[in-house]
Amino acid sequence: MFRISCPFCGERDEHEFAFGGQAHIARPEPAEQVSDREWAEYLFFRDNPKGVHLERWQHRHGCRQWFNIARHTVSHEILAVYRLDEAAPDMNREETV
Amino acid sequence: MSKSQPMRLETGGRIDRNKPLSFTFDGKKYAGFEGDTLASALLANGVRVVGRSFKYHRPRGILAAGAEESNALVTVGQGALEEPNVRATLQPLYDGLAARSQNCWPNVRFDIGRGLDYLHFLWPAGFYNKTFIWPHWHWYERIIRRISGLGKLPTGDDPDRYVHHNVHCDVLIVGAGPAGLGAALTASEHGLRVVVTEQDSQLGGSLLWSEESIDGVQADTWLEDTVRVLRQRDNVTLLTDTTASAWFDHRMVIACQMVSDRRIPGEGEGPRQRLWKIHARDIILATGAIEQPLVFANNDRPGIMLASAVQQYCNRYAVAPGKRMAIATNNDSAYGVAGALRNAGVDVVAMIDSRQKLAGKPARLVRDQGMTVFHNAMPRDCRGDKGVRSVSVTKRDSLETLATLQCECIAMAGGWQPAVHLFTQARGKLRYDASLGAFVPEENPPHMHVAGMVAGALTLETALDQGREAGLAAAGDGPQVRPQTRSKNTGALHIERAWSGQRSSRQWIDFQYDVTLQDIDIAVAENYTSVEHLKRYTTTGMSVDQGKTSNVNALLALAARTGRTPGEVGTTTFRPFYMPVTLGALAGRDSGEFYAPVQRSPLFACHEQLNAHFDDYGAWRRPRVYPRGSENEQQATTREAVAARTAVVVFDGSPLGKFEVYGPDAAEFLNRTYINNVTSLKTGRARYGLMLNENGIIIDDGIFARLAGDHYLVHTTSAGANRIHAWMEALLQGDWPDLDVLLTPVTSQWANMAVSGPRSRQLLERMEIDIDFSDNGLPHMAVVTGRIDEVPVRVLRASYTGELCYEINVPADWGESLWNRLLQLGEDLQVMPIGIETLGILRTEKGYLHVGSDTDGYSTPGDVGWGHVAERKQGEFLGKRSLSRPFNTSSGRLEFVGLTPAIEGGVLVAGAHVIDARYSRAPAPTQGYVTSACYSPNLQRYVGLGLVRDGSKRLGETVNVYDNGQVHAAQISKPAAWDPEGERLHV
Repeated sequence: MFRISCPFCGERDEHEFAFGGQAHIARPEPAEQVSDREWAEYLFFRDNPKGVHLERWQHRHGCRQWFNIARHTVSHEILAVYRLDEAAPDMNREETV
Repeated sequence: MSKSQPMRLETGGRIDRNKPLSFTFDGKKYAGFEGDTLASALLANGVRVVGRSFKYHRPRGILAAGAEESNALVTVGQGALEEPNVRATLQPLYDGLAARSQNCWPNVRFDIGRGLDYLHFLWPAGFYNKTFIWPHWHWYERIIRRISGLGKLPTGDDPDRYVHHNVHCDVLIVGAGPAGLGAALTASEHGLRVVVTEQDSQLGGSLLWSEESIDGVQADTWLEDTVRVLRQRDNVTLLTDTTASAWFDHRMVIACQMVSDRRIPGEGEGPRQRLWKIHARDIILATGAIEQPLVFANNDRPGIMLASAVQQYCNRYAVAPGKRMAIATNNDSAYGVAGALRNAGVDVVAMIDSRQKLAGKPARLVRDQGMTVFHNAMPRDCRGDKGVRSVSVTKRDSLETLATLQCECIAMAGGWQPAVHLFTQARGKLRYDASLGAFVPEENPPHMHVAGMVAGALTLETALDQGREAGLAAAGDGPQVRPQTRSKNTGALHIERAWSGQRSSRQWIDFQYDVTLQDIDIAVAENYTSVEHLKRYTTTGMSVDQGKTSNVNALLALAARTGRTPGEVGTTTFRPFYMPVTLGALAGRDSGEFYAPVQRSPLFACHEQLNAHFDDYGAWRRPRVYPRGSENEQQATTREAVAARTAVVVFDGSPLGKFEVYGPDAAEFLNRTYINNVTSLKTGRARYGLMLNENGIIIDDGIFARLAGDHYLVHTTSAGANRIHAWMEALLQGDWPDLDVLLTPVTSQWANMAVSGPRSRQLLERMEIDIDFSDNGLPHMAVVTGRIDEVPVRVLRASYTGELCYEINVPADWGESLWNRLLQLGEDLQVMPIGIETLGILRTEKGYLHVGSDTDGYSTPGDVGWGHVAERKQGEFLGKRSLSRPFNTSSGRLEFVGLTPAIEGGVLVAGAHVIDARYSRAPAPTQGYVTSACYSPNLQRYVGLGLVRDGSKRLGETVNVYDNGQVHAAQISKPAAWDPEGERLHV
């Protein structure tokens, strides 16, 4: 059971949060000029790393704010929590299990 | 001592001989003492057969003294309070306790099912894959399932209360033996908040029966002092009767505490069980180790027990499991047991030791006490169906019989397997330690420490030291305790694993599931040599004890048979739970009326007064229909549906999702989220819109209205409100942070009433609202704000019924009075409330789309007749690009159409498949399906909506509708069956 530190409210139980998938998915623009292949990759292709995963969460039963976390998919350790307007932390230094 | 307890020792034990208790087992009355467990009391009374085995129905006696018990599973209690599969070894005795044996008929002494044992050659490992294949396994399954199984489910709802308890601490210590108590002392001295869980009803672990001394004082004195000190510390929580069973991410451990099922039913306070969710910064495992049985022929007979259990019964409960005992061992630990038994006056006939020679303390003990020891020897077989009578001893590697010993009990000392369950659940790494003959922790997971026997420490002194070190480590004041490696103490066991070469008689590996060494041989012969395959093929370790006394022997046997080391064979995965947890405890208070929160409209009391029939729609409890007098529901919906088209009706639409969208960029935001053109909408007007996800699929629909230049009111479906809000917030916060928009959900702020029907305007004009309700003043798809008795009111003229309709919104607190006034002032107009059921009929008659019913996970705007709107729209919106993906533009798509019975009296049923007219029965290729259908009281025939392949190009075509063997002809039509031109909306 995760304990997640909401950047606005502090540490709370996983129950209060909702998972929102991989973070930093850039929408190809202008969409009208994007090939079907490229568009399909934007829609359906996601990373599935054994290691650090950057993902969106919402404090749904709290402040309702969305934010990002860096989670290790093996240990489930949350290595960083950052607001949507903050840059992704450099996770290369974290060794993968 | 007394005749009633023939096996009770004269003195000693931690029982209170001044508090005699009486209990029954299989209806027969027995006596015991306060401090007994059910198991110790049964042993004291000389009850040897306590259960029957799972598969062969062999008589079984008590094997162990703790959680690892695999034979003595009994049913305790009666009726709805009954609990099956209770381990007699963990059930404290109370006065009046009633226990019953399981898996036997007519009784545990004489069980018809035993016949299966005599035919055992018919059901070896994997028998159901081989033996019962003709004509079909399912033919036999019913019978076999009835024969098998241990306890039976209790009947009736569980009347007991179970609660959940969350707790946060610096360090959780699992196990209150010497290592755990040592850790608790040290950690609490350092000011840490400490929680200690102990499965037993008493703290102390092995100290409860140990004869050793600690720091120069007797173990029990040290225990008493330590517990007193810990109890005085505010930062220490001691939980007994509490089994930590599961480890979850971020170091949450679930522990189940037995509260009232450890005492007389109905006495005392509190729930039956309490589920602790312990969030710990650090975890110290002091879970001890489980003694393993020896494998020899008929080693499952009643009277054959784990040596440590024998010592425990003798010292803790003052019970001799037999008057004459033989002890079989492969290591030194059995000699301590022998000494204890002798001190208690029990006759130890002989030691049967598989090793060549003895050294050190055991050798001294043998010499001093003059014990008989058979070296290099093994028990070969034993006699005594309902209790051991004798054991034959042979040389280890030959069949040469050395002796046949008369004895009532055989104590087995097969070595110790650390209880690493939580350790491996937390992804700790194990290593096979040959000197211990067991898998021991090698690499600790972060913030987890191991101490005592679980870490491979065999002596009391080492356990205490490790406990203290772990406490220091948890306090951040010392190095992390390394799991015990090949250090000083481990060699003390001098264990040597030995396997019998003889294969004629069955030798038990898993007592609970009746898996024998011969089954393992079969599995190996059939090449099931992976440990995971072996487990599933033979079912070893898959019973309710999860292999606590069988997994290691199974692995060692597999290793020996396949010429590998145990380390190479490895273990199967340890998964939660270590001990079974009742469903009641897991559910806690989240059952019955507390299963899920119920959302009620502000008008809920009004509906109750009107005797509405309610249903749950998502989280909302809403009126389905309002039957009057002796009406049934069908009569009531018919009345309501007719009134909606001939008079005036009121519908509670409060659960409708409502958002207010403010800000300079509000129009731009909505323009990107709807397929419709939002920017062209004038203030005071409303529009019906569809929302798509990026895949181009319809995710919601509803009306949006412009209240002011920078202020919109957005309606979503009732069920979609929370989902759409989260989605919109993600867009605003994440994707379009440049848009200056404020989004506020106001669903519960407003009570919403839809006043619908030809007389609705007449009714509203009586309401003294400062709003012009005429068609010019408030045309279809217009919105206006006003006041009614100083209360603000918003009126939206929009319709989901197909009739002239006004949605009146007032602040939630004023909802009831407005509702009542509408019904009162409209009495002569025959006003009546309508429920969801009726609304469904009206919108199906009118052919209005219900997203989720009439659309599926592939539906695009083009599929539901809104393609032109998306195509005409200038500018970008979510999902637009996907609409031109090949899949979404291909032919053969399921399109939204109406369905009309082709013959008079024809029936349509939602869910039925549409098939081509040339097929009149299944199987036939599906052409889509009916999504909504009902009998229309206004059209006096069935009406239907459906998703039909290329439906919009097939209008007028007759198809067949297949429903459970019935076929009805239907014609594909436009969705609207009622007022297709929409004339009734513009009056």
